[in-house]
Amino acid sequence: MSEDYIIEMLHITKEFPGIKANDDITLQLRRGEIHALLGENGAGKSTLMSVLFGLYQAEKGIIKKDGQEVQIKDPNDANRLGIGMVHQHFKLVECFTVLDNIILGVEDTKHGFLEKEAARKKVMALSEKYGLRVDPDAYVSDISVGMQQRVEILKMLYRDNEILIFDEPTAVLTPQEIDELMEIMRGFKKEGKSILFITHKLAEIMAVADRCTVLRKGRYMGTKDIAGTTKEELSRMMVGRDVQFSFEKKECKPGETLLSVKDLVVPSKVHKNNAVKGVSFDVHAGEIVCVAGIEGNGQSELVFGITGLEKASAGSIRLCGKDITNASIRVRSRDGMAHIPEDRHKYGLVLDYSLEQNLVLQRYWQPEFEEHGVIKAEAVRKYSEGLIDKYDIRSGQGPLTPARAMSGGNQQKAIIAREIDRNPSILVAVQPTRGLDVGAIEFIHHSLVGERDAGKGVLLISLELDEVMNLSDRILVMYEGEIVGEFRPKDTDVQELGLYMSGAKRNTAGKEGIAV
Amino acid sequence: MIILANIISLTIVFAVPLMLVALGGMYSEHSGVINIALEGIMVIGALCACFVLNAFDKSGMGKVHPQLAMLIAILVAGVSGMAFSVLLAFAAINLKADQTIGGTALNIFAPSFAVVLTWAIQGQGQTTIQIPSWIRITQETFGLEKGGNTFFNALIFKYFYLTTPIAVILFIAAWMLLYKTRFGLRLRACGEHPQAADSVGINVYKMRYAGVLISGFLGGIGGIAYTIAVGSGFASSVGGYGFLALAVMIFGNWKPVPILGSAVFFALFKVIAAYNSSIPFLPKLDNIKDKSSLYQMLPYIVTMIVLIFTSKKSKAPKAEGIPYDKGSR
Repeated sequence: MSEDYIIEMLHITKEFPGIKANDDITLQLRRGEIHALLGENGAGKSTLMSVLFGLYQAEKGIIKKDGQEVQIKDPNDANRLGIGMVHQHFKLVECFTVLDNIILGVEDTKHGFLEKEAARKKVMALSEKYGLRVDPDAYVSDISVGMQQRVEILKMLYRDNEILIFDEPTAVLTPQEIDELMEIMRGFKKEGKSILFITHKLAEIMAVADRCTVLRKGRYMGTKDIAGTTKEELSRMMVGRDVQFSFEKKECKPGETLLSVKDLVVPSKVHKNNAVKGVSFDVHAGEIVCVAGIEGNGQSELVFGITGLEKASAGSIRLCGKDITNASIRVRSRDGMAHIPEDRHKYGLVLDYSLEQNLVLQRYWQPEFEEHGVIKAEAVRKYSEGLIDKYDIRSGQGPLTPARAMSGGNQQKAIIAREIDRNPSILVAVQPTRGLDVGAIEFIHHSLVGERDAGKGVLLISLELDEVMNLSDRILVMYEGEIVGEFRPKDTDVQELGLYMSGAKRNTAGKEGIAV
Repeated sequence: MIILANIISLTIVFAVPLMLVALGGMYSEHSGVINIALEGIMVIGALCACFVLNAFDKSGMGKVHPQLAMLIAILVAGVSGMAFSVLLAFAAINLKADQTIGGTALNIFAPSFAVVLTWAIQGQGQTTIQIPSWIRITQETFGLEKGGNTFFNALIFKYFYLTTPIAVILFIAAWMLLYKTRFGLRLRACGEHPQAADSVGINVYKMRYAGVLISGFLGGIGGIAYTIAVGSGFASSVGGYGFLALAVMIFGNWKPVPILGSAVFFALFKVIAAYNSSIPFLPKLDNIKDKSSLYQMLPYIVTMIVLIFTSKKSKAPKAEGIPYDKGSR
């Protein structure tokens, strides 16, 4: 054996009903390297890692540790082999303390009772050594997402794992936290730990990984040395064609005012800072207006107020000239408002419904789909098959797939299909590309620009400045519940927006807006 | 003063079954299984324990070693309740059945089964199983003189049964097990986030079985404790106490100490309901024809009012009632 591989997964095949999630995949992890696993949503990355971690059993293929074939039947086996995993959706018990979460499953006891002192010392020592700041006595429900991730990392370190799997770790982090995580991963590498890093963000791979294995639609596409490859090559391997990182759009020709928000005040359930404090702006036909800002500055509440999920306490909202300030959600939707929500699991889909039921969720009461109070199953099936075809929504069992079983990108495509197909006059999209891969992001961006070119108004709320600069015709910056600046993308840059987003600068004249 | 002593000792004797059964429900729910079958479990536990007590009475052993006989009866109640709860565990965990429906089925089954068995053993129409009088702990149990009707005697010895000290022990044990042991930590994890428990190698199915079986054990003992407290024999029913215990558990926020407090609170209302005519400071309501019914409604009305105000901020285990399936994301 010429190479020093710590883990080898050879010819792994794993099938789910109707879908071959992994088809003859080989992954070889060298000792002490950071190995990226790249692929679009639904490419089989998470499945492959779940096989390695013992959550799923592969039908075919073998796993070797240090050249010896091993059986991994459950997470305990994986743990014994020194394999630890930070899951994409954290596996933390919210009403437990940080310390309890770390020791869960490997608790020390004395005379039958829990003994936590030694554990606390070990956790604090690890926390110090790797710069993973946590408060061991805080409850998980009270700590930030970033700290929750550090708890997950400490869980692996506490178990003395030497093979660390990170499943999409950066999807939930702010840019600063991402830099911090990269630094921590480099620290692990220095300690001789081997890291498997699942992602679809090319910049992160280029920054931190040594090698990269690419999967596409459950198939193995090859392994590359990062030093000898480029972003473009990797993205071509992942998507199967060239990807545009930015694109030209037609000049903006704003028409009549479609959405008019005046002095809107929306209370917040989370924190006072998040409340919307007297916001005014218009969205016209044929333009994309972007609301930029750091998370938690009132963007979510603004959307809640506009879409009717939360009652506005003051101010007015007009949709196509009609006052909808106190209208119900169904009235708003009927009168031409579409909403792509921030949290697609909570507000976007009924996860336990089938795809076709989700697709018809906004219009099942219309005569086209309902007669005498009974839903016409055939019409629903035909309609949903049309949408699945048109928007290329991929799923295991077609219209009957439970929404829960679909990948994030395809869930989002389903929501977009449902919303756009109703031919709305205004589309409110909140972080529509969050956690999605290059191919899906491209699709969504094209859909949004398509709506704009068709003379609709688009209100886009985004945390990604690249997305804001690329798509918008007008940018509103939100800070602590107020709009502190208004720009055109060609007259500004990311640095300037950043100053406004952090509250360092504020443009009082912004309230009046740029004349259109 | 004697009346005060009576009220206190009666409250304790009624609080015992409520607390035990609520603790049982708490264990089941912390493991992630809603145990609505507590009523049925109590019936089965009480039924089996009553048969055992009667057998001891007939054989004469009861009068010779009354507290040993009582201890055996209590254990039988616990074990039979546990055996009965296996049905719920199997339906809820292995078959992934709806837990509310499974529990309701057991609640319907238990009293009918109890009637059939009682008739089969005592003869057609003999619905009530009498409870022998020797089970009470008296001064003689400790070799003391039988004293007069003093405050102390009324407080301690008027309604003193072995179930009370056992309940105290079980309460402490239940608290320690839940919060101070490895088992308790893992059990609670299974009720809150079974996927997290699974990912650190905890067998969720086993822990849920353990939770339901413990609740069966405590529920069964609660059944016999209730029957003793009522004192008029066992007639295939525990008077809705299993449901009342669920309210106690919710009011107690799924935590042992508040459960103890709310059990005492509910028991006090039960005592007021049962003995309203002999409590001097209560309104007599003489112009109402059926005032005792009015008082008997009290514990249940209080339950509803209390739940209205507390259920909103209650912190139920997050994953309770959801069958655990390894495959789901």
